[in-house]
Amino acid sequence: MNFDYAFILSTLPAFLNAVGVTLQVGFIAIGTSLLVALINATILVFRTPYLQRLVGLYVELARNTPLLIQLFFVYFALPALGIKVSGFAAAIITMTFLGGAYLTEVLRAGIDAVPLAQLESGRSIGLSHGQLLRYVILPQAGILGLPSLFANFIFLLKETTVVSAVAVPEILYTTKSYIALYYKTY
Amino acid sequence: MAERNPAGVPVLNGIDLQVKTGEVIVILGPSGCGKSTLLRCLNGLEVAHSGSLNFAGRELLDKGTDWRKVRQQIGMVFQSYHLFPHMNVLDNLLLGPLKVQKRDRREARDQAEALLARVGLSDKRDAFPRQLSGGQQQRIAIVRPLCMNPHVMLFDEVTAALDPEMVKEVLEVIQGLARDGMTLLIVTHEMAFARAVADRIVFMDGGRILEQNPPGIFFTNPQTARAQQFLEKFSYVAALPQTTQTKELELL
Ligand SMILES: Nc1ncnc2c1ncn2[C@@H]1O[C@H](COP(=O)(O)OP(=O)(O)OP(=O)(O)O)[C@@H](O)[C@H]1O
Ligand SMILES: [Mg+2]
Repeated sequence: MNFDYAFILSTLPAFLNAVGVTLQVGFIAIGTSLLVALINATILVFRTPYLQRLVGLYVELARNTPLLIQLFFVYFALPALGIKVSGFAAAIITMTFLGGAYLTEVLRAGIDAVPLAQLESGRSIGLSHGQLLRYVILPQAGILGLPSLFANFIFLLKETTVVSAVAVPEILYTTKSYIALYYKTY
Repeated sequence: MAERNPAGVPVLNGIDLQVKTGEVIVILGPSGCGKSTLLRCLNGLEVAHSGSLNFAGRELLDKGTDWRKVRQQIGMVFQSYHLFPHMNVLDNLLLGPLKVQKRDRREARDQAEALLARVGLSDKRDAFPRQLSGGQQQRIAIVRPLCMNPHVMLFDEVTAALDPEMVKEVLEVIQGLARDGMTLLIVTHEMAFARAVADRIVFMDGGRILEQNPPGIFFTNPQTARAQQFLEKFSYVAALPQTTQTKELELL
């Protein structure tokens, strides 16, 4: 093997930049996914009619279609419908769509593990829906669901590399461009 | 007042119960007769589908009822305590006063500590529920709604999950509340306690109230055959009617 160290070094800044973008997309997506999951969890905990069905549908759809298809939809189909999104925005929207569904499942599992009696106990002292969620259910669901929550964060960070396909200057994309430019894989 | 289960079968039917301020009502009846359901209707954990439910001059079955307000005035204690396991004792007690009633922290805390002292658990205020015995947890669970200064307290078989030696410490707390003149509705299978604490016994079967009488009458001279049968199962109650008496009463 004959590594061209000078070449690898020269591409390093671009790679570091790409890692930065990946992390950026990843962390923003984790935040927005958590937000989506929290809203969904609220709907599920309080058995909001109709919306509850919608959440179920969304989770199934997001989890059963390949990430790339979702990404292409956001990046190519949305503009066709007149909604213009940048590569960066498309990446975050897609990651949120997927991540929201996975984290909804994590929260749902945690919430299911909290006994119904805790809900009634909290209700009986006059807590509102929001207070129940915040002080009674989520702390208990969160503790129970913590390991799988972290596993899903890691999963989301890894999936972020897929977004390279839509021209975010990100690891995979950087690699591919350099391969295309120089026909070198190392 | 009537309440139906999802299958459409009435769980409660034709319940007509009036409770005066300061009255202690003990609800008795066989398992599944609707005692819990009745209590739960009173604080909106269960919604009565028809009839009328009046509290402090207000109709609670109206759509506009703010149950969160009502629940601050009608405290409830459950069979299995249901304290919040992730909070220590003091946080369990203060959640309602601080978050629901938005009271001053120092004032609410002073009250909580006074009530803790009253049930003999001052030293447990920083403990977590899992570190406490069942009897201790249940005494905390009684203090929790008391911290919100309710007008009425509901007790649903609060000693049924306890070891026998812990039953007394919990019943004594309830007896103390009765002596203070608080309005209480108590579901229990502790007959001696029921007899001692009640102003009136409400006997239920099959989702109906079959009789309501002062304990002196109910325990010595039950008016219905069902109540007699029910009481025969608790033969250790000193004043239980003799078998011969029972037969005579059935003929009446
Ligand atoms: N959520 C529910 N859905 C359907 N039926 C119910 C529900 N809860 C209670 N029931 C039925 O309602 C009836 C009354 O139940 P309830 O719990 O009020 O009885 P109880 O008198 O408190 O009994 P126990 O002494 O065993 O606690 C029972 O026949 C029960 O099967
Ligand atoms: Mg019951």
